Amino acid sequence: MDRVAIVGIGQTKIEAAKERQNYPEMVYEAVKLALEDAGVGIDEVDNVVTTANDFWDGRTISCMPVGGVSGGYDKNISGVEGDGTFGAFYASCRTRSGSYGTTLLTAHSKGSESRKITPMITNAAFDPIHARCLGLDIVTACALQARKYMQRFGITEEECAQVSVKNHGNALENPNAQTPMNITVEDVMKSEMIAEPLKALDISPISDGACCMILANEERVKNFRTKPVWLKGVSFCADAFQLGDRDLSECKALEKAAEKAYQMAGIQDPRKEIDVAEICDAFTYQELMWTEGLGFGKKGEGGKLVTSGATAKDGDIPVNPSGGLLSGHPFIAAGMYRMIEAVRQIRGEAGGMQVKEDVKTALAHGVNGLCGQSHCVWILGSE
Amino acid sequence: MGDYWRDAENMIQPGRIKVPYTWQAGETASHYLTRLRDEKKILGKHCPKCDKVLVPARKNCPFCTVPTDEWVELSGQGSVDTFTVVRKGNAIQPMKAPFVYALIKLDGADTGFLHMLGEVDPETVKEGMRVEAVFKEERSASPLDIAYFKPIG
Repeated sequence: MDRVAIVGIGQTKIEAAKERQNYPEMVYEAVKLALEDAGVGIDEVDNVVTTANDFWDGRTISCMPVGGVSGGYDKNISGVEGDGTFGAFYASCRTRSGSYGTTLLTAHSKGSESRKITPMITNAAFDPIHARCLGLDIVTACALQARKYMQRFGITEEECAQVSVKNHGNALENPNAQTPMNITVEDVMKSEMIAEPLKALDISPISDGACCMILANEERVKNFRTKPVWLKGVSFCADAFQLGDRDLSECKALEKAAEKAYQMAGIQDPRKEIDVAEICDAFTYQELMWTEGLGFGKKGEGGKLVTSGATAKDGDIPVNPSGGLLSGHPFIAAGMYRMIEAVRQIRGEAGGMQVKEDVKTALAHGVNGLCGQSHCVWILGSE
Repeated sequence: MGDYWRDAENMIQPGRIKVPYTWQAGETASHYLTRLRDEKKILGKHCPKCDKVLVPARKNCPFCTVPTDEWVELSGQGSVDTFTVVRKGNAIQPMKAPFVYALIKLDGADTGFLHMLGEVDPETVKEGMRVEAVFKEERSASPLDIAYFKPIG
């Protein structure tokens, strides 16, 4: 199969509210940065994939207004509704297809514009016949999952709080993070209770941000000035839609996606072979659950992974050295931000976030749907 | 050029979108909601392949991708699988905080049922707590025809 590499990356600073840019302008900033990073003009781009969501953007066909800022005119523009990692999956298929040698892809979300109706938007993800009128949203639904997971495996609120301490602390080295913070477990435990057991500092913020990547097949890679970061393995997998149809303490879809991505990348011992992971920690407990699902520890050992320091920046399996979603969470763009941070680690360009000099293999992870309904796992490599 | 942003007023266009969709429940959910309203019964449907009873009743089994067959009348009793006490409420929630959302495993069903708990001190809710559906007097074929689930025995 043709090999595909990431040859350009761009991300805006993640902020609570970007007042100086409307949302296509925000996307343009990321596109411009990616083109500059890649050292090419828009003519080097064969086709465009945008990732957007109509409800978050408050309009229909939300992928199309960003076509113009992505250099998409007179080219094939296609949209993905979901997380940026899923957009990247589609973009990699297009690049591998032989029809296009390069693909530019974007993802964006301007959460500030729907701040007042955020619960209404995530509530609209529930079935309109049987569940929506109950008024559950992403926070209350994830609170149900948090308790189920914590109860089953004896995970404590303090262990979850440790994720918040670690990731907000990591963000101090990330100039693009929205909420870098030097906090303690006690600060998290004392933060406002929203829906038990989730407190304000267990929950990722509402954010504005856009990012862009340029992919190239092996033949075209030489046209770009950057060190290529190769797509070594990928898989995504979905679980049942209705929350009652799942055991919420499990993340089977992630386990399956990880297994397939590892197989594709030739990884046998993920904890040993992966140098750094950037994963979707929309809530503190999710980082613990997902690290288990990714096989970094045994089931129920997520708490130990963080308290032992294994997932710290200097641990043996660093997770979210950028600060993760807890330090800035533009929905839709979330997973692509993770991929870009993974690319920076492999290039050795992560500055104060760099986990070690020679990062060969990095993992990036995205989620779509409530309570981790579906997961996308990417393995990126230097060779 | 000068700093044109500094001299400008920050313009924000308010949205006027209202989305009064109407969703067709379909024959299976229509039957389910009718019996809920008229007889205060919660119905599941059985999958002939995996032998699971799915609630709320569904026309097809999402696990096996086959049509379901028998209707199964449930007692309306069950146990709390997981729950959350909502402390900071918002406008879309049908109850005022603090209140309890729960995923309930109804007796005779194989899937969880999302709803709320009532007539209960949130501090005393536990996993496994036995609960029973309490129906509203005035019903309109909505999941909210069940006011909440209350603890029993």
